[in-house]
Amino acid sequence: MSLLPPHLRDVHEEMKAHAKGFGLDFFETIFEVLTYDEINMVAAYGGFPSRYPHWKFGMEYERLSKSYSYGLSRIYEMVINNDPCYAYLLESNEDVDQKMVMAHVFAHCDFFKNNFCFQHTNRKMMDEMANHATRIRKYHDRYGIETVEAFIDRVLSIDNLIDIHSPYIVRKRPKLDEDTPSLAGPQVKELPTDKEYMRNFINPREYMDAQRAKLEAERKKPKRFPEHPERDVMLFLMEHAPLERWQRDVIDMLREEAYYFAPQGMTKIMNEGWATYWHAKIMAEKACKPEELIDFADHHSAVVSLSGQSLNPYKMGLELYRNIEERWDKGRFGKEYDECDDIAERRRWDKQLGLGRQKIFEVRKHYSDVTFIDEFLTLDFVRENKLFSFGYNKKRARFEITSREFKEVKDKLLTQLTNFGQPVIAVLDANHDNRGELLLRHRHDGVDLDPEYTKATLQNLQAIWNRPVHVLTKTENKGVMYGFDGKDFLERSAEYQ
Amino acid sequence: MTLRIKQDHVRFKDIVRGKIKQNLRKYIQKGELIGKKGKDVISIPVPSIDLPHFRFGEKQQGGVGQGDGDVGTPVSPGDGDQEGKGQAGQDAGDHALEVDVTLDELAAMLGEELQLPRIERRGKQRLVSEKTRYVGVSPTGPESLRHFKRTYKQALKRQLSMGTYNPKNPIIVPIREDRRYRTWRVDKRPESNAVIIYMMDVSGSMGDEQKEIVRIESFWLDTWLRHQYDGIESRYIIHDAMAKEVDRETFFHTRESGGTMISSAYKLCAQLIEASYPPSEWNIYPFHFSDGDNWSADDTRQCVSILKDQILPKCNLFCYGQVESPYGSGQFLKDLEEHFDGDERVALSEIKDKEGIYQSIRDFLGRGK
Repeated sequence: MSLLPPHLRDVHEEMKAHAKGFGLDFFETIFEVLTYDEINMVAAYGGFPSRYPHWKFGMEYERLSKSYSYGLSRIYEMVINNDPCYAYLLESNEDVDQKMVMAHVFAHCDFFKNNFCFQHTNRKMMDEMANHATRIRKYHDRYGIETVEAFIDRVLSIDNLIDIHSPYIVRKRPKLDEDTPSLAGPQVKELPTDKEYMRNFINPREYMDAQRAKLEAERKKPKRFPEHPERDVMLFLMEHAPLERWQRDVIDMLREEAYYFAPQGMTKIMNEGWATYWHAKIMAEKACKPEELIDFADHHSAVVSLSGQSLNPYKMGLELYRNIEERWDKGRFGKEYDECDDIAERRRWDKQLGLGRQKIFEVRKHYSDVTFIDEFLTLDFVRENKLFSFGYNKKRARFEITSREFKEVKDKLLTQLTNFGQPVIAVLDANHDNRGELLLRHRHDGVDLDPEYTKATLQNLQAIWNRPVHVLTKTENKGVMYGFDGKDFLERSAEYQ
Repeated sequence: MTLRIKQDHVRFKDIVRGKIKQNLRKYIQKGELIGKKGKDVISIPVPSIDLPHFRFGEKQQGGVGQGDGDVGTPVSPGDGDQEGKGQAGQDAGDHALEVDVTLDELAAMLGEELQLPRIERRGKQRLVSEKTRYVGVSPTGPESLRHFKRTYKQALKRQLSMGTYNPKNPIIVPIREDRRYRTWRVDKRPESNAVIIYMMDVSGSMGDEQKEIVRIESFWLDTWLRHQYDGIESRYIIHDAMAKEVDRETFFHTRESGGTMISSAYKLCAQLIEASYPPSEWNIYPFHFSDGDNWSADDTRQCVSILKDQILPKCNLFCYGQVESPYGSGQFLKDLEEHFDGDERVALSEIKDKEGIYQSIRDFLGRGK
């Protein structure tokens, strides 16, 4: 099946063969050629031509078409994580671009198919998105576009409050069986021994009593709802907020979309780096004709160029993969290498292992951005690529380079990537103050919440929960509680726990 | 083929337009619009509608960058906005979006927001211009307006019907009756020209902030009046103890020291009107901005008399805006109030700070004169 013009169909087959030859493993990929207007539209819809109607897509479209017509940027390609994989090519690309883009796309596809983060994503998302659109249109007809859109606006405002780990947690409800001891709550268990005379020594009475007392105290503590902090705030609201059925359905749909997109946010560097690595490799070693070389080099360098001093995920990922490949090819890893202090010897180090290719395939399967950076960012790499961390200097009212130390740069980068760059917020208590108010807690990792955005978000949250909502966080190292009760914003100091 | 997204796009634009309207106050205060004025289209940087999320305070967060520089070197953020390759779902939405609005549209929005009435033009009947338009063809007329093509067509028709036309030898000879001439009609159009005469006190007590206020306000006045009249002229007068006419640039950037004699400006204004703008042909709008600290009561009396005798009879509306300066607000506003209370031709307004601009524009233009 192909929607490509004949000459691209040949290119498609050729590139596919190259990609397969290098061991890339991908879903069947359907390419479509779109005009700039169409590709802007598809991009605005996040890659899905049949998305639910909402003005924010119009806004994205406006931005994309403006920046296209001003010549600021253009989209060469888009890939959708789906089985079959869909990819869109820009009609006006030159043939050499199309080649490069196809190689890029196959690598993305391979990544979608194999990386662990994507294992729980819906591979029939094309259809699912279309279903969502149909359902939301139906609600438009029934309840009016204003009502539905206003509610969607609110839900979109909290669509980062999901638990990115939740797809991997298998939850089983406990069977309600009277005899199950767990229903009676946790018991203090003695350490087992088959020598009766040792029992009192292994389990000293005072200790056991103390444990029992502790457990008892725990049991007497007022129970909260939810029992444990719930990070999937969207799910919690869907299940427990006083909502209409259609509203629950809207949350359900948007939550599903948020979970679908989350892995892409979690693997930005890896995914783009992987695709860039492979388009460069395939083009340079196989597909590029001599007369296409200059154009290819030009466009490839644009992809990995640095704009200002901001980090380019394409370049960062590409360099890291190459670095890993080299290290594993030459055996520059493990205890022996790490402990070698002789710089000359380190430079010469080459055990001719040739494990590089195998290693990077492994890496693309088992890592996400956080673990990728944590494990493979090395001191040498930070130095060679001139990475630095920056922060805000209050005195001079500007952002400045704060450090080039390996540890600080890495810490900053990891913080930035944790929870795909979003604050970790969980439902702490749904009956706060015994008044049915919702209390959220921000896990403070050193960076405060933006107070203005926090207030605006609380307003939306309140509209969903229908009772006052609060979020507990820290500002300048002091506990603070922001709240909104439907009319006024509250802000007071509170004990941060 | 129309794209499906057009629907969302239109909806977004509607919201943005609504947004501009609701936040117009903000733009006026901040004066974000000025300086971006191109030919006729200015771009307003409209922040794209940013659905709020819980997010980190930017300043504390910092980040990681790549490039040269020592510790302490300022970071250039770059655009950082890579093409979203299949990742659009998680893009941060901090882009300032520029929506193109023509000055005319802007003025219309201003009018709608401030509920400004359309300006009633003066002397509609008297201000008439004539324009000649060629609208038809007639069998009589001067030779200089002869319509060759129509004349020959007519001749051809006649010869065909008379049977004297020979396709093998196509000679056409028009006779007197074949001749056709262009005819014209005279359109009478009411013409409305307007002149705005800006006067500003540039004495020592008018600081930069006061001038900024005047600058922003005059931009909006200009925009609105231009929207209402076809041809508009602006003249600029600055004064301290003496008045002189200057160009726009100088008007906004001069800083003088010394005393204030408002009468000097009014005299010059009256002369200007006398010399170049006969009220039978012009709609005249003098605007005067000052901190209200006049030299003497004597001078104030003189001002009042110039206004009464020379300026007011000729202009549509005289507007005085008193800008509060660090040295407090002067007496002049009260003096004018005293003398012209209830006079339809005088609009007075006190502008305390940038927030006050909005109200002041309404004071000035709210009467539709």
